[in-house]
Amino acid sequence: MKITPEITRESITNLVENDKREDGRGLNDYRDISIETNVISKAEGSARVKLGGTQVIVGIKSTLSSPFPDTPDLGVLMTNCEMLPMADPTFEPGPPSENSIELARVVDRGIRESELVDLEKLCIEEGKHVWMLFIDLHIIDNCGNLFDAAELAVMAALQSTKLPVATVVDDEVVLSEDETFDLPINKKVAMCTFVKIGDKMVIDSSLSEESVADARLNVGVTDGGSICAMQKGGQKPLTQAEILECVNRAISKTKELVEFI
Amino acid sequence: MSEFIRGDGRKYDELRPIKIEAGVLERADGSAYLEVGGNKILVAVYGPRESYIRRLLEPNTGVIRCRYNMAPFSVDDRKRPGPDRRSSEISKITADALRPALMLENYPRSMVDVFIEVIEAEGGTRCAGITAASVALVDAGIPMKDIVVGCAAGKVDDRVVLDLSEKEDKEGQADVPIAMMPRTGEITLLQSDGDLSEEEFQQALALAVEGCKKVSKIQKDALKRKYATG
Repeated sequence: MKITPEITRESITNLVENDKREDGRGLNDYRDISIETNVISKAEGSARVKLGGTQVIVGIKSTLSSPFPDTPDLGVLMTNCEMLPMADPTFEPGPPSENSIELARVVDRGIRESELVDLEKLCIEEGKHVWMLFIDLHIIDNCGNLFDAAELAVMAALQSTKLPVATVVDDEVVLSEDETFDLPINKKVAMCTFVKIGDKMVIDSSLSEESVADARLNVGVTDGGSICAMQKGGQKPLTQAEILECVNRAISKTKELVEFI
Repeated sequence: MSEFIRGDGRKYDELRPIKIEAGVLERADGSAYLEVGGNKILVAVYGPRESYIRRLLEPNTGVIRCRYNMAPFSVDDRKRPGPDRRSSEISKITADALRPALMLENYPRSMVDVFIEVIEAEGGTRCAGITAASVALVDAGIPMKDIVVGCAAGKVDDRVVLDLSEKEDKEGQADVPIAMMPRTGEITLLQSDGDLSEEEFQQALALAVEGCKKVSKIQKDALKRKYATG
């Protein structure tokens, strides 16, 4: 448990009151973003994202699996997150923490609910064989706003994903050794995360801003402008006006973010 | 020793291409990134900090704790996240391999954490992890007597060779990973599995020691690069 000194809280809050921030950004500015894809040759798809000092690696692995009984003609997506102890002095090894599970689920929601992966095309034989994609999030450096960095990384990794061509011969799935196909993706999604400091909503929070924030709001938006995932976090409430303001800002800001993917 | 060429075009005493970078992470007190062959390894070091795990606390010296972890996407068939018996063992011997070089007596009741993440694996990750961890420990500014370095030798097709690739490790007959303190030549880690005669073992050990010396130079170059520019 890290205690934030009162003087830090005051200085950050005072800056935000005057529409300023510690690192000189405006309240609606992101830090520098860089995305590299195909960083893991053993993974079917991968990406490394830097958002300021925050770094996330995503690897996508596939296996053949049987479909869920209620969706016999759809492939399966699974999102896992490891908040590695290397990323932050307070992260501990061991089973995923609540924060880690929340991060994985919120990121997963953006991907799943936007239906950007055409899961029907991941079905090899209805009721029997489908592709199962594991999306593994590795947080390696935590300098704040893991949500947006993770969503960018997952999106970029999915776009770089190639699967072997599968055919069914005598009830068995045969995978081609040299032929691959691109993962069928029909849109992009990005996430904007806001934190409430004083009376203002600040985008792309730094670590010190997160430590003094009262509440958090994640907004996932597709490149078509529809909202596909939201989550409120933090101990204090948000007003309706604050939420609507964030949604509005997220819709215009995600247009810039998807350009990076 | 004959001048045969291995499956990947290397000579018997040739290392895979290796690259080390110091200070790659912002939050950690020290960090390093290493690539050797197809291996990609990240290491972060925290500490010395007050030991918050009471059972690890020593009143007269600091302690080192390692965590070796493989990313689920680092291998061909996805690895289930979390520790297994193999990574627990490697974590322990890595801590033991690094400990002799650290002057932790100056830091009673404290703890140094070393986190080794295998982002992509292609044979020889434990030695690569130790090599990278030492660089990260230096980067963290922890007083050390020496920079520990790891390297493996092994036997493939009845011949003793240096730095086994994943393919050679799978198909080979023996694997001898070591770690050493290059200034004194003391060995801080030694394992061996497979089938080796006494003579072959001697050859393998000598070869691995030579390999360590080569890698040691690359470690030092990486640190000089970091502190010459930074």
